[in-house]
Parts: sequence; C-alpha cells; structure tokens
Amino acid sequence: MAAPLKTFGRKVLCGYCHVLHKGLLCRIVASSPSSLVSGSRGYSAGSEEKSTHFGFETVPEGQKAERVYKVFENVAQKYDVMNDAMSMGIHRLWKDTLLHIMNPQPGIRLLDTAGGTGDISFRFLDYVQSQRDRQRRRAARTNQTVSWQQIAANYTSSDTGPGESRAVVCDINKEMLKVGKQRAEQQGYNTGLSWVVGDAEELPFDDNQFDVYTIAFGIRNVTHIEQALQEALRVLKPGGRFMCLEFSRVSNPLLSRFYDAYSFQLIPVLGEVIAGDWKSYQYLVESIRRFPDQETFKGMIEDAGFFRVQYFNLTGGVVAIHSGFKL
Amino acid sequence: MLRSPIVAGRTARLWGVFGLAASPAVRFGRQQHGGLGSPSEGQYDRLYRGHIPTSPLQKALLAVGSGVAALQDPYRHDMVAVLGETTGHLALMKLRDRMKSDPEGCSILTERPRIRLSSLDVSRMSALPEGSLGREYLRFLDDNRVTPDTRAEVKFVDDEELAYVMQRYREVHDLMHTLLGMPTNMLGEVAVKWFEAAQTGLPMCILGAALGPLRLSTSRMQKLVTSLGPWALRSGWQARCVLSVFYERRWEQSLDSLREELHIEAPPLTLRATGTAAPAES
Repeated sequence: MAAPLKTFGRKVLCGYCHVLHKGLLCRIVASSPSSLVSGSRGYSAGSEEKSTHFGFETVPEGQKAERVYKVFENVAQKYDVMNDAMSMGIHRLWKDTLLHIMNPQPGIRLLDTAGGTGDISFRFLDYVQSQRDRQRRRAARTNQTVSWQQIAANYTSSDTGPGESRAVVCDINKEMLKVGKQRAEQQGYNTGLSWVVGDAEELPFDDNQFDVYTIAFGIRNVTHIEQALQEALRVLKPGGRFMCLEFSRVSNPLLSRFYDAYSFQLIPVLGEVIAGDWKSYQYLVESIRRFPDQETFKGMIEDAGFFRVQYFNLTGGVVAIHSGFKL
Repeated sequence: MLRSPIVAGRTARLWGVFGLAASPAVRFGRQQHGGLGSPSEGQYDRLYRGHIPTSPLQKALLAVGSGVAALQDPYRHDMVAVLGETTGHLALMKLRDRMKSDPEGCSILTERPRIRLSSLDVSRMSALPEGSLGREYLRFLDDNRVTPDTRAEVKFVDDEELAYVMQRYREVHDLMHTLLGMPTNMLGEVAVKWFEAAQTGLPMCILGAALGPLRLSTSRMQKLVTSLGPWALRSGWQARCVLSVFYERRWEQSLDSLREELHIEAPPLTLRATGTAAPAES
C-alpha cells in the first residue's frame, strides 16, 4: 500500500522538478509523502521559503531569528530574576555541574556562546581561579625552602586574576550583553573576559581558537542547529571540547506530567507578574518542547563531526549536558 | 472495580482544571503542530486583539501574583489591570446586563466606541463653553497631565463582549474624575475608587478602595472619612450605570445637568490638582 503511494508521490513531485530547486526536492522525495503536509520543515508550493518552528507556531525561517531577538531584548533586564523564580534557583546548580564536568585547568580559552548575561563565564573564571590557588598552595606546601630567584619571580608574576585563562562571551543580542557587562562590573570580574556580538551560526572567530566551547540554554533558539554545531567544530582547537547545557526530554511519565503542568500553567504567569511579558515565556516553554531529545541531539552532534559524544541527565532529564570532542 | 463514568468524568475535569490533562497552550500547540507555512498566532488574539487564553488555575495564580505585585509596587499599573481582569468576571457580567437593559448602554455595546486622543476633536472641545463636559474633560487632562491613551489593553478576559466592557470601564475612568471633580492625587484617586467600587462592584475596585486609604496622611484620611467617602459611596449607589452613558455624544452637555441626570451629587470639597499623578489607577 505504501509503495505505490510513494511512487505516485514521486511522480507528482517530479512534475515540480522543472520549476523548483532540485537538491531541495530530492531530499523531500526521499522521505515519505506524508511529510509534505505535516512537520515543521514544510514546503509551500510555488515559493522557495522554508519554514521552521517558533515555539508551537510555524514561521518562515527568515523570521525566526528576528523574533527570538525580540524575545530576548524584552526579557534581558529581568532575565536573571526570572531564571531564579522559574527554576527555584536550581539553574545555578545546573550551571555549577556543567563547570564540574568541564573541569577547566588554568590557562585555557573558553568560548561561551549565547552567553548573554555571563553566568557560565563568571563560573569559569571562579573555577580556574580556585584551581590556580589550589596549585599554588600545593606548590608552596612541597616547596618549603624557597630560593631567592623563586621569591623574586613570585613578586613579579603575582597576578590575582585568572592569568592566561580567557573567557569570551558571545551573544547575538546586545541587550543581553549589556546586562552581562553590568553584572561583571558589579561582581568584580574585570580581567580575562571579553564581550563579543556574534551569531552562533556564523561565529566571528578564526579556526582552531578555543579549548572549550559552551552553549548554555541557547542552542534551542538557533534556527539552524547543524550550522551552529559546525561552527563549534570549526572554532575549537583539536582536542577541544564542545559542551551544551539545554532543556531536554523527561522520560519518567509522572514527572513529565507535573513538569508539563508546571511549565505551561505557572511559567507564563510568572513571566506576566514579574516581567510583564506573558508571550516571551510562553515561547520559552514551547521551544523546550520542540527541541530534539537526548539521543537525537547526540546523533546531531556526532553528525557534525564530534567524537566521544555523551550526555548527562540532570533533574530527571529536565536538562541534559551533552559533551563531545574535536579530534 | 470499575469507576462509574460520572466519577471518571469529574476526575478528568479536575485534572483539566489543574491543567494536567491538556493546558490550553498544549492543546493549541498540538493543533498547530501539523501545520504548513502560514505564520498565524494560533493561540493568541482568538477572541479579540490582545487576547491570551488562560486556564482557571492560571487565572487564580495571576490574581494572587498580580495582587501581591500591585501591593508591593503600586506604580505597576499593568498588575492592577491584570488583577481587575482575572477577578472581575461576575461583576463584568452584571455590568454588561445593566448596560443591556439601558437603551443608551445598548447602543454603546453595539457601536463599541473607544476613547482615544486621536479620536477626540480637541479644537472643537476646547471651544465649548465653560462647565460643559468636553471643556472640563480637556481641562482635567491638562491640569493633571494625563492622557487617555495609556490604558492597558485587556488580555485575560475570555469573553469578547466582557472584554469590551472592561476596556470601556478603563477608558471612562478619567471621565469619572471629571464628573466627580476629583484630581489624580492620592485622595482624589481613592475617592474615585470608592465611587467605582459602589458602582461596579469589581473586586479590584473594592480592594483598591479598602487598601488605598492606608497610604493617606491623617488630615486627608479625615477628609475622606467625614465628607468625601460617604459622598462617593452615596453617589455610587444612587447613580445610573456610568458605563451606559455615551459620553462621546454629550460633550456639549453641561456638567451640572449631566450630574443631575446621572443622580451624582456635586462634590462637597474642591480638591486642587497637584500635577503629579498618583499610583494605581484602573
């Protein structure tokens, strides 16, 4: 039953072949005909514009980036307050776990994509700082009789900052970066931090620049996830690590029901009351549901060319940390 | 042991109320999920522009949250507005019925006029004689430096007609100030709130009327309790439904004759406008 349907579909499509782009069409012909009338990557007859999902809405691809920009422009000021309110502070633990898994050593370079208000970068700087302190203490303990040269070297090179460690915060949204810079000033991070405006699908950096690439709660807002993954592969040094912290699928059905109820009932209300913006937070919870699950995303990372891809579920699958290496 | 269908149905509805079965967002989302290209707002703007559908649980949470937010920061007019919308269903229905039973109110419900600065003929109104509604309204807007364009849009009322009644109530608020002769300082606002609470019975007005006086100084509180308050309440109870009046056609009418027609007593005290707007209007 399905086979004649497929050939029929192929015949219908081949009629369009003369008018429309061949490469695109072949990809659609390969999949089943039913995908023509459903699915977010729809195809409207006569036009070449593809559409994608914006939460549960379907929008032309060109529009998605603009709408996501507006969402984050609106929420930037209250972003951190809302994060605390929505996750009851648990997002801090998730980000701490990301750093623990990363276990950065002093001297490495981090690219914090979609870093916005700087949470990951600040934690990174704290982490390498504490690592360096620990190293120094260990060195001091084993080295009780210090020579004059070493004392002199200590005085000249004593920097309490992160040393050669550098974190680059890259975000497409200037409002979020503005808020991030203010926070950095307030919390006293003045060395080792750069703020760059850039699109995750087209990073303004050379190849082989960074030791670690992170993207925390940002990749689901990107229009073409595969492109973002390819860019990540490009800017990482060989041996570099890709890490992604993102909301994912909850497997436990009971927890999933409560999580859905909590997301759809409470979070937009919190958005309205705290930030005065219902729709942005409705988009947030919808975009979480549209993101591929742990295994699918792992497959996408492997397809992009990363090795040793693994994921860690946190809070029962509410968030997952995916990690891969460039070799 | 099988559950009876009635019990099962009730339980399902209970789950539904708590949004655990199918929240409106998820329901609309599933409808959207199969669709092709057209960028339509699937779940918003269904009944009227700016409409956001909410489940009963969400309305309850919004009511509590907006109440707390409005109390903490009285300058959050949007929170006062949300509180009014989520708690005012019964009062809005009563208001709508009162409007329907009045011929002028009926015409308002059919024609749906909106009060906007752009729709007012300011030059014609300022040429009207002193003491007329139009002239006094413009003077009120000037003295207190307010404009009718800053009213929040209705979002959470799930009936298109009731949403209009709510919007009309918000836009007519400034005309209430004019009719009652009250400026937009704290005392004036509280007096108007008492009047509106007696008139409309909206829980948000009642709450504002109860909590507003707490912010007043003792001398003002005295004025309120001795003369302004009882007058506002009396007028509110006796008056015809103020939402049923087609103000846009009565700009030439004198304030006194309008007050008489609506059974509103003249204000016992004249309060001067200070020029600074008070927090928490409608």
